[in-house]
Amino acid sequence: MSLLSIENLSLSIHDSPILHGISLRIGEGEITALTGESGSGKSMTAFATMGLLPKGATTSGAIRFDGTNLLTLPEPQLCDLRGREIGMVFQEPMTALNPVQTIGAQVMETILVHKAMKPERAEERTREVLDRVGLPPDRFALSRYPHELSGGQRQRVVIAMAIALRPRLLIADEPTTALDVTTQAQIIELLKGLVREQNMALMMITHDLAVVSDMADTLNVMRHGEIVESGPTADVLREMRHPYTRQLFEASRHQADLGDAKADAPLLSVQNVSRDYPLPRKTLFGPRPTFRAVNHVSFDIRRGERVGLVGESGCGKSTLTRAILGLEPTQLGQITLDGDPVWQGGHPNLTVRRKMQVVFQDPYGSFNPRHRVARLITEPFHLLQDPPKGSARGNAIAEALTAVGLKPEDADRHIHAFSGGQRQRIAIARALIIKPELIVFDEAVSALDVRVRAQILDLMADLSRAYGLTYLFISHDLSVVRSITDRVMVMRAGEIVEDRPTEAIFDAPRHPYTRALMEAAPKLPELPEAQDAPHPAL
Amino acid sequence: MLGYIVKRLVSLAISLIVASVVIFVVIEVAPGDPASFMLGLNAQPDTVAALRAELGLDQSKVERYLSWVGGMLTGDFGMSYTYRTPVAQMIADRMWVSLPLALYALTLSTFIAFPAGIFAAARRGGPGDLTVTGATQLGVAVPNFWFAMMLVLIFAINLRWFSAGGFPGWDDSFWGGIKALTLPAIALALPQAAILTRVMRSSLLDILGEDFMRTARAKGLTARQALWRHGLRNALIPVLTIIGLQFAFLLAGAIIIEQVFFLPGLGRLIFQAITQRDLIVVESVVMLLVFAVIMVNFLVDLAYAAVDPRLRTRT
Repeated sequence: MSLLSIENLSLSIHDSPILHGISLRIGEGEITALTGESGSGKSMTAFATMGLLPKGATTSGAIRFDGTNLLTLPEPQLCDLRGREIGMVFQEPMTALNPVQTIGAQVMETILVHKAMKPERAEERTREVLDRVGLPPDRFALSRYPHELSGGQRQRVVIAMAIALRPRLLIADEPTTALDVTTQAQIIELLKGLVREQNMALMMITHDLAVVSDMADTLNVMRHGEIVESGPTADVLREMRHPYTRQLFEASRHQADLGDAKADAPLLSVQNVSRDYPLPRKTLFGPRPTFRAVNHVSFDIRRGERVGLVGESGCGKSTLTRAILGLEPTQLGQITLDGDPVWQGGHPNLTVRRKMQVVFQDPYGSFNPRHRVARLITEPFHLLQDPPKGSARGNAIAEALTAVGLKPEDADRHIHAFSGGQRQRIAIARALIIKPELIVFDEAVSALDVRVRAQILDLMADLSRAYGLTYLFISHDLSVVRSITDRVMVMRAGEIVEDRPTEAIFDAPRHPYTRALMEAAPKLPELPEAQDAPHPAL
Repeated sequence: MLGYIVKRLVSLAISLIVASVVIFVVIEVAPGDPASFMLGLNAQPDTVAALRAELGLDQSKVERYLSWVGGMLTGDFGMSYTYRTPVAQMIADRMWVSLPLALYALTLSTFIAFPAGIFAAARRGGPGDLTVTGATQLGVAVPNFWFAMMLVLIFAINLRWFSAGGFPGWDDSFWGGIKALTLPAIALALPQAAILTRVMRSSLLDILGEDFMRTARAKGLTARQALWRHGLRNALIPVLTIIGLQFAFLLAGAIIIEQVFFLPGLGRLIFQAITQRDLIVVESVVMLLVFAVIMVNFLVDLAYAAVDPRLRTRT
């Protein structure tokens, strides 16, 4: 018998339907993946299983855990089950821990709240379990606070809390999405190891097919609150009976059609640039120590080239980006665009700023929600000495919106009326409107679902071909960079360790760090070419 | 942690110095010569000059500032121009009314606000929450002297449980003093409690939406356990800020309540001193209040660090 069996589960919140007749089973020692795009109901399935649905939720069907229907179980019994029999790991390790309690206290709480052990034994168990998740107590004292740990270490603490009482079912909701690839690989190894050792069942929720393709026993693909396809992972990926599965799969490995780079003369030139940040004083009157975030970096980007800058968090890529955009001065070296320095006489050089624009990760956060699209995308006009007025302004807006695949009428709407992908299109329109030469994309597609991401990547490629644009594409995600660049620079600890054409770097990485990054990145299995035609319905 | 305290102490000292200079300068600029005011309109110029010399008003400004500050450091606040008694003694007498009153009111407001705020936050949107929120709306809107008059009407005039005003002092009996301060303290506390309840509620509601609260529930804590163990301490920072501000207000801002209940407090002292041009009293009381406010802020800063470990390491 399966440990967990979800039978025809439907869920609506305040009368808007979220899940429609979900059924799935997880046996002991099995890893079951739920995958799909945002809003497909993956997380709600997990919360329904935990009995932690938001107010106003109504359910039908059954969720049987070891024969007991969790949907009808009273709250006190559910509390008893949570943490002891069913553990849960969340997406955002930075906020999943209580900032004012030590990690030891938080892990121990799982044990103590269930009165599973005496306090002395609980402390011992806390040490064991922290050691097991890779935080040996001699280096990570129980008295540490969450803010003293990195994202990956915090996620280990969250996992320790979830497995402290050896639950029989662990639910992991996007456990690695917020982490760097090398950290992600370690956390996935840890989860797989725990499943093996404790014969635990794991419900793994992720939007990333590549993450689950080589770890899950069964795969459930969700869309609009339904499971559209499920089965053993290898079979699902081989057969792809449902067109949606195929779309997801293809979008994940989407390669934008870049065309040939018209690369000729250098446009952006970064010469021997260093950037220091002051650290807190060690003594009251001593000199402030500094941290060198970018260390003697030099490179050129030629006109029309699409260049990727890859590295893990803290490698200095954001600092370098800010310096290139002229948002901050550098301590050493010179950055020039078309021969003019980006920072001159203690100020950003406006002549240069007109020629470059930036698109950020969070499409919503970078817009003032109270302005209409017309005003939002004309913001860069303040950089121009003679901004277009009247009908010229209207034409510029219409042209920019059309270029990114929106309608000129959209100019009168507010930003909340658009979806995430459309918002990113508007962000690109804002960058395009003053006809820049260089556009910097700072994690610009990281927050988007795979299918939307594929569309935006296509759009970027089209625009680059049509306008001869130069791109600097900053991302932690190797697969994205691969699909949209001619050349990739790999950055580590403030230095560029490898800088070569994209194909060369992916085919034969030279630097050990580049190799480590490639190996850590989850890979999709090769799609069998013979299966290209949609499989006939059975 | 030690570095944090040292930094706070340095900023405390700087604030005190700046405040003393500002107070001195402002009072100097204010029109009206205390000596001529004390002697009346018909005083002879040489009498006025003699009094000015006696009061030290003929010295240079810097000398007067230094002797004022030096005096305060040794507990000598000078002589009141009007009453010819040591200012230190006058302030001390009033302090024995104002300080207990402020602490009493603050304790009451905290004891009302914490349970009320937690109660409302835990029942967000429910009838309990609406009742508490409605009551706080009223508490914020109604001035404290109206509460004071209602309390006098009900508890002093009708029920005769308390006297309607005056203060017997602490010498006769401790409980007598407490009893005399009870109605004023309640009147002062009610609007403060209303504000504090709202802050507690909204701060707690913010925290209840945090990811770590969900983590706590996933560990098997009940909603109530999660709120008490993980929610409350995180919600305290804004609440501590408000408590600090309220204490400062209660210490000096009770003047209307002191009038209603005939209490010899600091508020009435400073009011009288201003109308009588008793500048040295004004200066000293204001400086003392500034000192109290800065000390309270220092304590609030320490309380922040006690509550939130991130602040201990931050620079």
